[in-house]
Amino acid sequence: MSRNFLSEKVTGLKPSGIRKFFDIVSEMKDAISLGVGEPDFDTPWHIRDEGIYALEKGKTFYTSNSGLKDLRQEISNYIQRTQGVEYNPNSEILVTVGGSEAIDIGLRAIINPEDEVIIPQPSYVSYEPCAVLAGAKPVIINLKAENEFRLKPEELLNAITDRTKILILPYPNNPTGAIMEENDLKAIAEIIKEKDILVMSDEIYSALTYKEKHISIASIEGMKERTILINGFSKAYAMTGWRLGYACGPQEIITQMTKIHQFAIMCAPTTSQYAAVEALKHGDKDVEEMRQSYNQRRRFLMDAFRKMNLECFEPYGAFYVFPCIKEFGMTSEEFATKFLQEEKVAVVPGTAFGECGEGFLRISYAYSLENLKLALERLETFVTKLRNQKNM
Amino acid sequence: MREELLTILEKNSRIAFNELAVLLGTSEEEVLKELTKLEQEGIICGYHTLINWEKTSIEKVTALIEVKVTPQRGQGFDKIAERLYNYPEVRAVYLISGGYDLLITLEEKSLKEIAGFVSDKLSTLESVLSTATHFILKKYKDHGTIYNTPKNDEREVITP
Repeated sequence: MSRNFLSEKVTGLKPSGIRKFFDIVSEMKDAISLGVGEPDFDTPWHIRDEGIYALEKGKTFYTSNSGLKDLRQEISNYIQRTQGVEYNPNSEILVTVGGSEAIDIGLRAIINPEDEVIIPQPSYVSYEPCAVLAGAKPVIINLKAENEFRLKPEELLNAITDRTKILILPYPNNPTGAIMEENDLKAIAEIIKEKDILVMSDEIYSALTYKEKHISIASIEGMKERTILINGFSKAYAMTGWRLGYACGPQEIITQMTKIHQFAIMCAPTTSQYAAVEALKHGDKDVEEMRQSYNQRRRFLMDAFRKMNLECFEPYGAFYVFPCIKEFGMTSEEFATKFLQEEKVAVVPGTAFGECGEGFLRISYAYSLENLKLALERLETFVTKLRNQKNM
Repeated sequence: MREELLTILEKNSRIAFNELAVLLGTSEEEVLKELTKLEQEGIICGYHTLINWEKTSIEKVTALIEVKVTPQRGQGFDKIAERLYNYPEVRAVYLISGGYDLLITLEEKSLKEIAGFVSDKLSTLESVLSTATHFILKKYKDHGTIYNTPKNDEREVITP
């Protein structure tokens, strides 16, 4: 085969840094992993039961392209009661296959060639490739540890050009656990309005915050019409495998997104949609129980880091901590690889989430306390060993 | 803090004070103070161990007994409940709404001993009108804990 049939755009995409590490870990049999980006809880039984019931009743057909009417109504109610923002279930909400699909088609619906998409990093791995595939030029903002990885107004201003179309706002953040509070958001919103650009606010971890309740930028005055709000069921309700998310936004944008969704996907999985209605109607208690559990583990990790003198800002969102390992004079990847080989614990190098993740590790606390205890004991052993070597 | 503390302890009563303090984001002294209060107020009534006796070689038979009684003047069901719960082999006594009045959990070494309790002790009480005994054949779940082998983590080892 002499001719190259492949798309240059696709072959040009960098392979995910996570993938590479995944292959190493998979070969180690008895390693403890702290590398997972999904809840350790099972989907609450009443939600699973509703999915089973839908199957038993033979609800196995396509739903409307934008999703079950009941589900869109419940999503609308949920955003109204948690954020005080009103979305019309008939025209401003689209049910998608996970938040990931919403990111992809949201960008595709608005991008023209040469448009710029601003992406603060470290952040979730798919924003940049999705922007590239949509034909946009990604513009990266390197967030700083001294700002607790929040997006600062001056950083945003520096990144904006005449071609800027949209800012991706990934908070509560994977991998840093950072959040944006009301004042942070207000400052960003001012710039967005003044520079006449859009925001894609990925709020998939919105139910998992440990300080104040999460605030959506869409709730700030004048921002609803400029925001594509993305959320879903994976993290809050421990429903990753159900592949269900949604986008809320201005009717013009949602209409175009629905078009792509209709041609590419048809509709989100029907069983999952029925289960999701149950989740939104009766799942608040489960979410709170899981949140409390994550919070306890978060405190446990922060305490363990303090005791071993490992630098880490206190994160108030998602289920990740992002400790700094610069003192050991190794790259994140070197550290993670050595840690895995010597102590058999897998963590993800910060660089998997952008170059500015160099010097940091993502540690997930979607694990039982027993698991975390064991892993942290090993981390302490490892860190002590490295420090002793350095001092010799 | 109180509710969160109780939720943790209900699942794991062996957890150390310093660990509790870390999980709750407070000090060890505060935890100790709150625990003492909870015990004094009778909110925490004990720290027991959940045992799956079926896996041991020790024979245990558990029965649930429905009891219909005549309530006593001035004391309702409390007097008769007291007469029942004082037997050490009676593990639990509940006042129940519906078709009967008291539900007793009884644990003994053999079926015969349970039969003996019902015929010699329970049925002979004056206020007991009738009883219905149900033997437990298998325990699937007790105290919120499912009795089977623990599940493996089925997630991929590393995901974004």
